[in-house]
Amino acid sequence: MANGTIALNGKSFYEEGTTKAKSGIFAWILSTDHKRIGLMYLTAIAFFFSVAVIIGIFMRLELISPGKTIMEAQTYNSLFTLHGVIMIFLFIIPGIPAVFGNFFLPLQIGAKDVAFPRLNLLSFWIYIIGAIFVLVSLVLPGGPIDTGWTFYIPYSVRTGSNVSLAIFAAFILGFSSILTGLNFVTTVHRMRAPGMGWFKMPLFVWSTYATAWIQIIATPVIGITILLVIIERFFGVGIFDPALGGDPILYQHMFWIYSHPAVYIMILPAMGVVSEIIPTFSRRTIFGYRAIAMSSLAIAFVGYLVWAHHMFTSGMSDMARIIFSLLTFIVALPSGVKVFNWVATMYKGSIDPKPPFLWVMAFIFLFSIGGLTGLVLGSLATDIHLHDTYFVVAHFHYVMFGGTGTIFFAALYYWFPKMFGKMYNIRVANIGVALFFIAFNMLYFPKFILGYMGMPRRYYDYLPEFSGWQLVSTIGSWLMLIALTIVIWNIVYSIFHGKKSTQNPWGGVTLEWHTTSPPPLENFEEIPIVTHEPYDFSQLEEMKNE
Amino acid sequence: MSSIENTLETNSHRHRDDVGAKMGMWLFLFTEVLLFGGMFLVYAVYRFQYPEQFHLAGMELNTTIGTINTIILLTSSLTVAMAITALQKGNKFLSTVLLSLTIVFALVFMVNKYFEWSAKINHGIYPGSKELLEKQNGEILFFGLYYIMTGLHAFHIVIGIILLSVILAFIIRDKIVSNDLVKLENTGLYWHLVDLIWIFLFPLFYLIQ
Repeated sequence: MANGTIALNGKSFYEEGTTKAKSGIFAWILSTDHKRIGLMYLTAIAFFFSVAVIIGIFMRLELISPGKTIMEAQTYNSLFTLHGVIMIFLFIIPGIPAVFGNFFLPLQIGAKDVAFPRLNLLSFWIYIIGAIFVLVSLVLPGGPIDTGWTFYIPYSVRTGSNVSLAIFAAFILGFSSILTGLNFVTTVHRMRAPGMGWFKMPLFVWSTYATAWIQIIATPVIGITILLVIIERFFGVGIFDPALGGDPILYQHMFWIYSHPAVYIMILPAMGVVSEIIPTFSRRTIFGYRAIAMSSLAIAFVGYLVWAHHMFTSGMSDMARIIFSLLTFIVALPSGVKVFNWVATMYKGSIDPKPPFLWVMAFIFLFSIGGLTGLVLGSLATDIHLHDTYFVVAHFHYVMFGGTGTIFFAALYYWFPKMFGKMYNIRVANIGVALFFIAFNMLYFPKFILGYMGMPRRYYDYLPEFSGWQLVSTIGSWLMLIALTIVIWNIVYSIFHGKKSTQNPWGGVTLEWHTTSPPPLENFEEIPIVTHEPYDFSQLEEMKNE
Repeated sequence: MSSIENTLETNSHRHRDDVGAKMGMWLFLFTEVLLFGGMFLVYAVYRFQYPEQFHLAGMELNTTIGTINTIILLTSSLTVAMAITALQKGNKFLSTVLLSLTIVFALVFMVNKYFEWSAKINHGIYPGSKELLEKQNGEILFFGLYYIMTGLHAFHIVIGIILLSVILAFIIRDKIVSNDLVKLENTGLYWHLVDLIWIFLFPLFYLIQ
């Protein structure tokens, strides 16, 4: 294979498509090529991420001082709901699997595409339809949804805002998630290149595989729960209404039976990306390959059994609370296994601190804080004090934004040369990471302190003693906006004006680095035959001759 | 393993992989089981909470129509299975007849369902009705669950009718033939699942008297 951007006898997937239309918008929106679908997801997800970031900035601005600053309380209620709904259902859940899973899962297992390319395109369109439902619910009379992203009963049944439409959007997005999940499971089972046994798969494939199973197992439960809320709103059946014999706490159980595994849908693919980046930039095979692979499955399994730790103050028997608390501590173990294995991989490695690696360093720091504060919340006694305070908000942002969000950028900066055949500005990228890291801690760490002091989450107004840390946090949000602008601008600018990249700028050894940048339509000139372990860097020499 | 290599060696961008297609279908059916599983969970919680009232409310359902519909649905599962075997053996005509029969059974099921529901509604038993709200909490929930669960199931029957009709058209136009019938098999799998869910719904609502 050549070093240039074009394969020996072929064209890159940008120049050759699966559709009748050779170029223009139809060559994209009707394409069944997993790479184009991944890029379409990237575009859509980047858009919704930006929208939710702007909403977050306005929320922080409102909270800069006590009392009304720029908006009414009702507007604030809608904004924090929208921020949550968009970030969770339109950005973080599809985020890494739909963008990087789509683009790199087939490449990493040496396949031409996913198992069901047309179903893959359908998933994308269902995602778009769900997103349109969210947007329509904003403008219709009744007003935007104001329940918080958890849609808790009974308020979600009683409020006059457009709850039904917005949560039906979540139902549709769940459908898209399920279809992507079953597509990936089948792909991993059926499409691996000759020689690639289960334990020769890259770890990103393992984690995407585990994620796909959670998508399949957990998402239908939120589907039926959402349908029940909609039925309650229209017909008043009484399933969750105590006046008719129903139980509102049952709603919370059903919601979290999905939504807790969902946080592992968010974090597992990120952990897979970390397991790719660390060996590449340490020039050293991953430490504890099987332990990392198996810990993904362990997280997927145990993560299904911890949902009620969101409900320690909702009314449960002490026995149930103790069991769920214990299980919560147990689910932290596989995450710990991963973190220690990553650190051990770097030991005596030849570390090359390029931007993707720096993002991963930021991740390990932020995610560790997020993970450990999760244990504080998982302990029964401390949770009584901290439940529904800013401490929870801070914890959640440290694991989700500091964890998955950071790794979304790490993945983007790692695979950017492969996806676009271009290279970004390394210096600007380094500045971006550094500023992001400072801004992040400034924005969210004060929330731990505020929560510990007793500031409740989702409040529009607050007592004067909280104002100092609220101000720090708001200034952090401005810094964050600058950091994100730099980080995203560097990528967007480089897509059009970046220098050409070589086939393998980082010296990675997994299969995607064996093909051209950007890859041809069917990914490889010929189907690769896998003989090496996934992170065997002794093959780098022979790869130079490819 | 060898089958994987075979599928990868084909040249087209869209390859044919019957085992993969069936695996995808089984995974989808798994999600359907979990969708209904959420409802069965709710049912279990409230049945445990109000056993007598569920018993009382169950008496008001028409066991005869329920039994007839069970027999109809079981038979339709048989005909769709036979339609697959017929096509495998190359008998296209018999396959289309059996598939049409399956669709007819499904339609009869829906007609029965219509009469059953409208009889209940005429008696004033529907969510939010005055007569229902005068009953005890357990009975209100029983009928709520009855409408939701049989309604969701009936919705799946309607989807099934559409799917079976499309597949029938494919067979008539020779787009599904004896050596390439995974679409028919998958539709059959779906239909068996719809049948299977009814097998659980029937005793839980009609036979707890």
